[in-house]
Amino acid sequence: MSKEIWVFAEQRDGVLAGVVKELLSKGRELSEKSGFELCAVVLSEDGGVFCDELYKFGAKKVYTLDNAKFSYYQNDYYSRSIADLIKKYVPEIVLYGATSIGRSLAPTIAAMLHVGLTADCTQLDFDVENGNLLQTRPAFGGNIMATIVSPNHRPQMATVRSNVFKKEPVDNPSGERIVCETNLDGIPERMRRVEVIKESDANTIDLNAAQYIVSGGRGLGAPENFKLVYDLAAELGAAVGASRATVDAGWISHHHQVGQTGKTVCPVVYIACGISGAIQHLAGMQSSDVIVAINKDPSAPIFDVADIGLIGDLHEVVPELIRQLAAAKG
Amino acid sequence: MKIAVCIKQVPDSDKVTIDRETNRLNRTGVPSIINPFDENALEMALQLRDLYGGTVTVISMGPPQAEEALRTALAHGADEAVLLSDRKFGGADTWATSYTISLAIRKLGDFDAVFFGKQAIDGDTAQVGPGVANFLDMPVVTYAKSVVVEGDHFKVEKVTEDGFEIWEVAKPAAFTVVKEANELRMQSLRRKMAAKKAVITVWGFDDLGADVGLVGLSGSPTKVSKVFAPPVKTNKATITGTPAEMASELIKKLKERNVL
Ligand SMILES: Cc1cc2nc3c(=O)[nH]c(=O)nc-3n(C[C@H](O)[C@H](O)[C@H](O)COP(=O)(O)OP(=O)(O)OC[C@H]3O[C@@H](n4cnc5c(N)ncnc54)[C@H](O)[C@@H]3O)c2cc1C
Ligand SMILES: Cc1cc2nc3c(=O)[nH]c(=O)nc-3n(C[C@H](O)[C@H](O)[C@H](O)COP(=O)(O)OP(=O)(O)OC[C@H]3O[C@@H](n4cnc5c(N)ncnc54)[C@H](O)[C@@H]3O)c2cc1C
Repeated sequence: MSKEIWVFAEQRDGVLAGVVKELLSKGRELSEKSGFELCAVVLSEDGGVFCDELYKFGAKKVYTLDNAKFSYYQNDYYSRSIADLIKKYVPEIVLYGATSIGRSLAPTIAAMLHVGLTADCTQLDFDVENGNLLQTRPAFGGNIMATIVSPNHRPQMATVRSNVFKKEPVDNPSGERIVCETNLDGIPERMRRVEVIKESDANTIDLNAAQYIVSGGRGLGAPENFKLVYDLAAELGAAVGASRATVDAGWISHHHQVGQTGKTVCPVVYIACGISGAIQHLAGMQSSDVIVAINKDPSAPIFDVADIGLIGDLHEVVPELIRQLAAAKG
Repeated sequence: MKIAVCIKQVPDSDKVTIDRETNRLNRTGVPSIINPFDENALEMALQLRDLYGGTVTVISMGPPQAEEALRTALAHGADEAVLLSDRKFGGADTWATSYTISLAIRKLGDFDAVFFGKQAIDGDTAQVGPGVANFLDMPVVTYAKSVVVEGDHFKVEKVTEDGFEIWEVAKPAAFTVVKEANELRMQSLRRKMAAKKAVITVWGFDDLGADVGLVGLSGSPTKVSKVFAPPVKTNKATITGTPAEMASELIKKLKERNVL
């Protein structure tokens, strides 16, 4: 039997998390280097509905664990079932999205199996010399990077940040479904979800998946000036972010906060308007592809991480930017 | 209610600098603080104690100076403190950290609830809470914003990517707590004085009856193989000029990079 790389195919309400496709796409590269077979594992009421999409991104095998109790993520049921499956098939590598589910489930499984788990990776590589997965992650709020290995324990497990790897479908998808037995009778029901409340604010939901983000800081000067940020965002089709200073001042809801104690985002373009670039803010946006900073203080630390820095008054620059972008559209 | 709170002492991130030769944190002269999220965990525990009675025990694993963080927690209102400190615990990854903390909690007796911060601001893994919960065979709810007691179970408000969920969890249970939950109360003068003199229990390897292969470096499946600076930006541009010039230059630069 060939060795395997597994991707935990997280689904919520019957929809696969975006990061699953990213992990499979990256997993193909690791599979080519290692010779290990790329597989997905999905827990749901009926895994059949997910298989085609998982084959499309390169899974050669899909292990489905099908049970009414898997309709939503419940840590006891999920962790025990996946740990049992890992014990049975002993994959070399297991990857999870660094989502709120992945970051709770994976450490539970790692504890059960006494295996290593690297958190929130932004780079993965395979060392053909010794079979190690090279897992690279930011630590201390993105100020240092560390490469972590688990040489003596299998599987090697990692949670991986969303929006870092590209989603690349394969040309001729094909794969096989393996229906796995699930037995949850021995697991007492210690926890249960009784209600789900979705946030209605579309802008905040967008932050995690947004291609463009425009964020406002204390440099806006007054709460009503967030309109500038919203207008620029509308022009770009961007989501709206904020620094904690503006959230604490009550200018905008905390759902918009980017940073160590807010959301971690990774858009194609991040535009910081009147944000100084405190280390805790940088922790949440440092890995964006292109960072644009608009600030009147040339010594503001935001310029250290900015790809493009505009030194000037945002009250003058932003309206001009909005005007020119609108004019370009005609 | 018997409640435990796990707190980690971390360097104050506002004051820390990175030595770019070694890529280690310059810790000399940097004040240590209680991990900010653990303040929220502590406050949540204190509120439950104030409502239902009982005790709050704070536990920290770390070098001898981590005692300071425990004294601070006592000054904010915790009842007892335990420090886990031993050379043999050094170099622990999250697995070995979780295992060691769980042994101490077991030794302290049966708790109704164990609280953790959402994550530590230095290691940033968020893995110790779920790890300890597993070793204690407790259900765990991560990213908890509020926890109340309802009969024989807890009712928990949990923050998710797109909103909230309400969970019911049997006692005993473990929780990791988010920033939005609360703000840590002030230290009272009386508590502050008492905390200075309080006796803090210190347990080492022998006190916990741990397996030497499961603690510290030897119990840790992960190894840090390399630490390096984040890649430096090449192709940085600074734009000055009139607002109109700056705006058009920015649009041009974004187009050059194929992101607009
Ligand atoms: C434990 C902890 C966690 C934290 N978590 C977070 C977090 O998650 N997210 C976060 O953002 N912060 C966080 N903070 C707070 C952080 O340290 C900063 O205080 C905060 O980010 C500052 O916000 P700001 O940049 O909007 O404000 P300021 O630092 O006040 O910066 C305002 C900037 O606007 C510029 N400016 C002023 N007027 C203009 C103008 N007219 N045109 C252009 N520029 C102008 C100024 O030059 C300045 O650089 C945290 C702090 C702690 C201690
Ligand atoms: C650069 C770097 C990267 C690392 N990456 C990894 C990795 O990917 N995987 C891994 O397994 N280890 C990793 N480690 C080791 C890890 O940082 C330590 O094991 C650390 O002791 C616990 O992890 P954390 O700081 O991430 O805590 P978290 O898991 O983020 O902490 C969550 C909560 O657990 C409690 N807690 C955590 N530590 C303690 C403590 N010592 N005493 C009391 N309560 C505590 C607190 O309530 C805290 O809020 C890394 C270390 C470094 C220096």
